[in-house]
Amino acid sequence: MSVLSKEEAKKILDKVLSFSKAEECQVSLGGNISGNVRYARNTITTSGFNENINLNVSAKFGQRIGSASTNELDDASIEKCVRRAEELARLAPENPEAMPFLEQQTYLESQTYFESTARITPEYRASVAHEGISQAEQLGMTAAGFFEDGVTFSALANSKGLFAYNQSTGLEFTLTVRTNDGTGSGYAVKDYNDVTKFRPKEDSEIAVRKAELSRNPRAIEPGKYTVILEPAALVSDEGLLNNLVFSLGARAADEGRSFFSKKGGGNKIGEKIIDERLNIYSDPTHPEIPAQTWQGDGLARERIWWFKNGVLQNLVYDRYWASQKGVKPIAFPSGVIIDGTSATVEDLIKDTKKGILVTRLWYIRSVDPQTLLYTGLTRDGTFYIENGKIQHAIKNMRFNESPIIMLNNLDALGKPERLNGNLVPPMRIRDFTFTSLSDAV
Amino acid sequence: MNRRDFIQLAALGAGAMLLPLPTFAKEISESELLTPILSTADKKRLADVALNTARSNGASYCDVRIGRYLRQFVFTRENKVQGVQNTESFGVGIRVIANGTWGFASTNRVTADGIKKAAETAVAIAKANSKFQKEPVRLAPTKALGEVSWKTPIEKNAFEVPIKEKTDFLLSVNDAAMKNGANFVSSSLFLVNEQKYFASTDGSYIDQDIYRIWPTFNVTVIDKTTGKFQSRSELAAPMGMGYEYLSARPEGKYQLPEGVIGYGKYYDMIEDATLAAQHVKQKLKAKSVEPGKYDLVLDPAHLWLTIHESVGHPLELDRVLGYEANYAGTSFATLDKWQSRSFNYGSPIVNLFADKTQPTSLGAVGYDDEGVTTKQWDLIKDGILVNYQAIRDQVHILGEKESHGCCYADSWSSVQFQRMPNVSLAPGKTKLSVADMIAGVDKGIYIVGDSSYSIDQQRYNFQFTGQLFYEIKNGKIVGMLKDVAYQSNTQEFWNSCVAICDESDYRLGGSFFDGKGQPGQVSAVSHGSSTTRFNNVNVINTARNV
Repeated sequence: MSVLSKEEAKKILDKVLSFSKAEECQVSLGGNISGNVRYARNTITTSGFNENINLNVSAKFGQRIGSASTNELDDASIEKCVRRAEELARLAPENPEAMPFLEQQTYLESQTYFESTARITPEYRASVAHEGISQAEQLGMTAAGFFEDGVTFSALANSKGLFAYNQSTGLEFTLTVRTNDGTGSGYAVKDYNDVTKFRPKEDSEIAVRKAELSRNPRAIEPGKYTVILEPAALVSDEGLLNNLVFSLGARAADEGRSFFSKKGGGNKIGEKIIDERLNIYSDPTHPEIPAQTWQGDGLARERIWWFKNGVLQNLVYDRYWASQKGVKPIAFPSGVIIDGTSATVEDLIKDTKKGILVTRLWYIRSVDPQTLLYTGLTRDGTFYIENGKIQHAIKNMRFNESPIIMLNNLDALGKPERLNGNLVPPMRIRDFTFTSLSDAV
Repeated sequence: MNRRDFIQLAALGAGAMLLPLPTFAKEISESELLTPILSTADKKRLADVALNTARSNGASYCDVRIGRYLRQFVFTRENKVQGVQNTESFGVGIRVIANGTWGFASTNRVTADGIKKAAETAVAIAKANSKFQKEPVRLAPTKALGEVSWKTPIEKNAFEVPIKEKTDFLLSVNDAAMKNGANFVSSSLFLVNEQKYFASTDGSYIDQDIYRIWPTFNVTVIDKTTGKFQSRSELAAPMGMGYEYLSARPEGKYQLPEGVIGYGKYYDMIEDATLAAQHVKQKLKAKSVEPGKYDLVLDPAHLWLTIHESVGHPLELDRVLGYEANYAGTSFATLDKWQSRSFNYGSPIVNLFADKTQPTSLGAVGYDDEGVTTKQWDLIKDGILVNYQAIRDQVHILGEKESHGCCYADSWSSVQFQRMPNVSLAPGKTKLSVADMIAGVDKGIYIVGDSSYSIDQQRYNFQFTGQLFYEIKNGKIVGMLKDVAYQSNTQEFWNSCVAICDESDYRLGGSFFDGKGQPGQVSAVSHGSSTTRFNNVNVINTARNV
């Protein structure tokens, strides 16, 4: 058994704590069961199944912390693990930034577990692969995709009375379909906690349709263009806004080495940073993107504003930095929500006189942390829009752009969509900077 | 987790406490890192259980990997030790061919019973998947090696060095940077030991003990009057070496123009951190680059990453064939270009070779993860594309009878697949120093160290930055530049290569956490070169006002 119930987990954690001789002891117990299928060249290439459980004990004496872990949960193994953590703590160098473990916290309720997802079978995974492969084959195209699902639990307890537990399910689907003449490529990406929301046929069709549309792309001159960025370009594993979220650390800002540093000291909380139509926040209980309501050290994840009407409201404060600054610690968010409108991508296209539709961005890397300048390329579906219509596919281009500049050049927002645990709308942006052409399809 | 994730976590001040453990890994003590779990004889006995079970269940081939993967990561910033993490991952991966189809299963129950069950599962999976099989596996033959072993030739096992010595050392590195004007400095040490036992039904029993080390730092200086900040990271490479790499022996040093010091087989980390703080102060005052065409003189500590992205990745045969299309991408270097035997990947002086044997490199092993003896082979010969990187079930596509020996799995629980070997640029054949190369440039930029890197999914269009940029005018360095990035196209770039320094300047760079595959796997790989000149490359200015 790699996924334990709240009661089962608590029983083990209580036992672990009963062995502790340290000044403070904190224990985490987590496990997962996951399966995946990978396909390429219109055939299943690999399929995998994993089960794992891990108990991690942290012992603390003064400012010294030692950690040890085990995947065997009999009494003797548990006690050995506790003793080892204590031995390591006594030998560990002092960490002046080590914080006392947290007392019991109040956590929000979030429904992250769905039985439907926990019941996914290898046959279902194979059928997801088969759906994309057969659609692609029928149209003379080639599918490559990956589908992964799992059930996870995590529990945390400490000698100061804290206990937290979460059980969640999740799935991720990505599909790339390429035309056999090598001139077109399309992409689809979906993620859910609840598999009943996933539609393998329709979601595979997105990639197939984009591949068909993207055949025989034409080159246009790089430069500044109005772009419509789909959510995958904003917050997928390669998303331009992920990097903005990753830059929200208060410490780097206060230390003077972040975009969010204020000249002369301090940070930019309270300053208008981006377009006033932008409201960006996090909510681990949101039914579209439910997430665990606490992070690894037990700190509660709450509903939190990052930008309200374009004004920076908060930064991420770890417990040490919060204690130094005399503020409340703020957990790193599980995902972000950006308010939008009811406009679909098609609606945004209709309102566009001249512009570019971007399906996805790729290989995004930081160029200048001071200005949050990033470079990367478009991929798997880039189209030229004129007079409210997609005219033709265009060749991919490299961009050099800062999400800060981009979010100040906001033109319109569409309807938010779940992507990679976030809920964000497609965005139309003016003057997005493309710096060179790529021959890549 | 790739290097970028580490940097992002570090930027959030996460330190070691929030680092996720590798899959199936557990945290252990220093003394346990040094205590062997199984003898070679025990491993052979257990491996035979897998081979016999697979055979009797109908597999035509089986390989088994009993792996113990040890890591020690040490993190510091300024005068503080942020964390030390020792992890061990121990288990068995069994791969079989049944009905012409691969099957794989793994377990952390390293007992005869656990291994027997995993072998049975692997065969069952192969048989189940064979229903969908369109191209039965064709495995190139490999020699039965009997019982052999290989160990990274280290002088001093870094895991045996007391942790206190390591943290004291990193704190002295930080101290050197702070004394020279740094406002912030973080430094880390990543150590890896892979104890891998491989056996196959081909009759090979291979015991390997592999070591890697990566010392890394980042130094930041803030100009309080302007609010601007600049940083520099280390100019040394991760290596397939022991703790002797940090011994700062003078033969590891390369005196470069403008007082820059490059490092080869030995690294003086304290000296590098001292220079880094000085460099960062200069960077704050450096001139912003005028965009345009420049001749680039690229130091090996920079060029390795350009080789990695624009030569290493596009010549992975699985990418070329489309197996990585959904994630890492495909390749512009298609089979027809190779078949033509006339595709000018680079200028005639460009010779790039793959090598899994190069001493001190990250990729050096005696045998790969499917029991093939490692070797060196040409990828680009006199500028022409002549080969790819391929493993046992791929080489028939290239008309070859023997695997290249570049198969790797990052854990016993991962399926082994084709991974990039060390790919390096052969040094120039005629004597040429860095100073002489610079003397021949009218309008150029000398770039040292790697930084931002980005390339498209077929490996045509790329953009790179670096750590240090020096402007060259009429054969002389006239000062430091900032805001420099160059953009080019792989074929155009390598065809603009006009000069390569000789062997005396040849050094390795490398990546400790190169990512590929779904689910993702990491691997470590080195890339060697001497300083090299590329003419007329497009340089952009990356400064922005926000």
